[in-house]
Amino acid sequence: MATTLNINGKDVVVVAAPDTPLLWVLRDDLLMTGTKYGCGIAQCGACTVHLNGQAMRSCQAPIGSLAGVKITTIEGLGGAHPVQAAWIKRDVPQCGYCQSGQIMSAVALLAKTPKPSDDDIDQAMSGNICRCGAYQRIRAAIKDAAGVVTA
Amino acid sequence: MNAPVREITSSRRAFIVSAVGAGGALLVGCSPAEMLSLGAPKLDFGAFGPFIRIDPDGSVTVVNKHIEFGQGSHAGLAAIVAEEMDADWDKVKIVQAPANAKVYGNLQTGGVQGTGGSSAIANSWDQLRLAGAAARAMFVQAAAARLAAPAAELSVKDSVVSHAKSGRQATFAELLTSAGKITPPQSSTPKSPADFTLIGTDRVRRKDAVAKSTGTARFTQDVHLPNMLTAMVAHPTKFGAKPKSFDDTAARKVPGVVDVFQIPSGVAVVANDTWSAKQGREALKVEWDEAEAETRGSDVLLDLYRRAAASADDTPGIKWQPWDTRPAPTPPATGPVVAASYDFPFLAHAPMEPMNCVAEIGGGKLKLTFGSQVPTIDQLNTALIVGALPAQVEVEQLFAGGSFGRRANFKSDYVSECVHIAKHVGGGRPVKLVWTREDDMTGGYYRPLAHHRLEVQLAADGLPHHWFHRVVTQSIMKGSPVPSKGLDESAIEGTKDSPYLVATPYVTGEAALIDLAVPVLWWRSVGATHNAFVMEHTVDQLDRKSTRLNSSHLSVSRMPSSA
Repeated sequence: MATTLNINGKDVVVVAAPDTPLLWVLRDDLLMTGTKYGCGIAQCGACTVHLNGQAMRSCQAPIGSLAGVKITTIEGLGGAHPVQAAWIKRDVPQCGYCQSGQIMSAVALLAKTPKPSDDDIDQAMSGNICRCGAYQRIRAAIKDAAGVVTA
Repeated sequence: MNAPVREITSSRRAFIVSAVGAGGALLVGCSPAEMLSLGAPKLDFGAFGPFIRIDPDGSVTVVNKHIEFGQGSHAGLAAIVAEEMDADWDKVKIVQAPANAKVYGNLQTGGVQGTGGSSAIANSWDQLRLAGAAARAMFVQAAAARLAAPAAELSVKDSVVSHAKSGRQATFAELLTSAGKITPPQSSTPKSPADFTLIGTDRVRRKDAVAKSTGTARFTQDVHLPNMLTAMVAHPTKFGAKPKSFDDTAARKVPGVVDVFQIPSGVAVVANDTWSAKQGREALKVEWDEAEAETRGSDVLLDLYRRAAASADDTPGIKWQPWDTRPAPTPPATGPVVAASYDFPFLAHAPMEPMNCVAEIGGGKLKLTFGSQVPTIDQLNTALIVGALPAQVEVEQLFAGGSFGRRANFKSDYVSECVHIAKHVGGGRPVKLVWTREDDMTGGYYRPLAHHRLEVQLAADGLPHHWFHRVVTQSIMKGSPVPSKGLDESAIEGTKDSPYLVATPYVTGEAALIDLAVPVLWWRSVGATHNAFVMEHTVDQLDRKSTRLNSSHLSVSRMPSSA
């Protein structure tokens, strides 16, 4: 079944069952592998994308529910996004597998809360697990980016 | 506190060296090193050897023989070469080496290519410094001719060779052709650390931060090859069980499912994509033969461990092995006894990227593409399945989303699984094996279950007088190519030889290793994860107890150190 998805500002037609999670359509059909598979049950945050600007777990978003929804993935940030620049400046990633999801959650946080407190950061980022334990640098990079984003 | 670390390194090293020997036994009369090289494709390294490539624009590319899975080997190893070459750090690139134990072996593990025991920097240090110093010498010699200046008067900075007296200079790019024709020096002299300009500074930054912040870093999970199939495996619900029969009628009806077949570790569902494979596996019905399976749960096992440790007499089936014997005090001391016991659960490594592998077998292809922590072992296990020489197995190394020991497995469990499936599919068609998170958490190779029981008798001064300590756990090394002849040191590292026990007059240390069908493996600091915890926590408890019992305060600072 053909479904039209709006991904990173472009309409894309995909052929997959409506109950197929967006995660697997992105990764296996569109070969957009920046969005990661970590658990498939919304427990790790590695697959985080934006649905109409909200940070959501793409493993829990069946494509049949996404008509007219603006989908943004890590690829859609463009690489020079202030949050990505802050991540690179701080050497945030270690193994790096969770970082696409971390960055997407951080971007969504800053869009809503341009000057987040530590509590705001903890709350917004608590669904994103980093097994290497890069949390201190993640928090610092979000604060760095907050200075840039609000300029 | 270095002793336990050395223990870990040496036990891992012993395992790897012997593992090669075990595989090599197939080839009578071959040394492990020879065996590993048989059938290896000839590698063309270029003028600067196997670790350094230089592009026409003068940029330096360092070849990393170790995996990069978060620990930073990319940055660390690149920095060693850049330092010795005085290369422009910002333009230094790094790539992964192919599997080739002869060239890219770990010098701390008998030449087996692999990463573990905190050895990546240590074993590469001299090797890469010498390679970098040799390359630098070649550029200096080429510059001496080009700039008509004595080599001794030349300096190098940021990939530019300069002659201060004349003001002339030449870049690595300009010198590349002539430098590449110079015979590498027989011996080169690395810098004195006092002359380092890069190492030790905060200019050494991750080389993979951009790729990992933009979603472009390539992990095994991200591999897509033309005509590739994706596989999932239905594993037994109990360790040690085997497939008895299966009904794949419904599984085969799932759109995208291509094939369903049995492999040694379970039943494989092969599909065109990951979601179809998962749906197919959910529709599969498997009946398991649990005759040899471990059917006891963690609670039952823990109860067995506790009862064994608390029993004055030997429990049937429990064999106590001493790890420290200093004769019990005579006459028995009369101080207060502090008793403590500890339980440690089975622990999954749980890296962010669940286990996975891509294999292409048949039709002239014999290739693995994945994050391989010990490529040599994975080559050996693959060769055993397909009937090839280990060095004929090509390994394309990728980033791994963590490991914590999980991807260094003497059985190459998930790799072997992928190879079995790709061999069945045949024709060299790429197969990506995907473990779900659930597969990863329930798939075994855990840090073993452990129980500790201690009775520490304090002397009048509040210090430990007699330390009685029992450890009940499972051997990691049993069933490996190098089963321990005596007590598996990994079971008691961090307790045995603890600095806290050095000045304790009487120590009764015993361990009982229980055989279970639950697969276990090293997990980060291995035995120390429970043993060192117990030592630290117990000393802390003694400290408090001693304060209450006695005016003499036992403090950690009063405990003799091992130094």
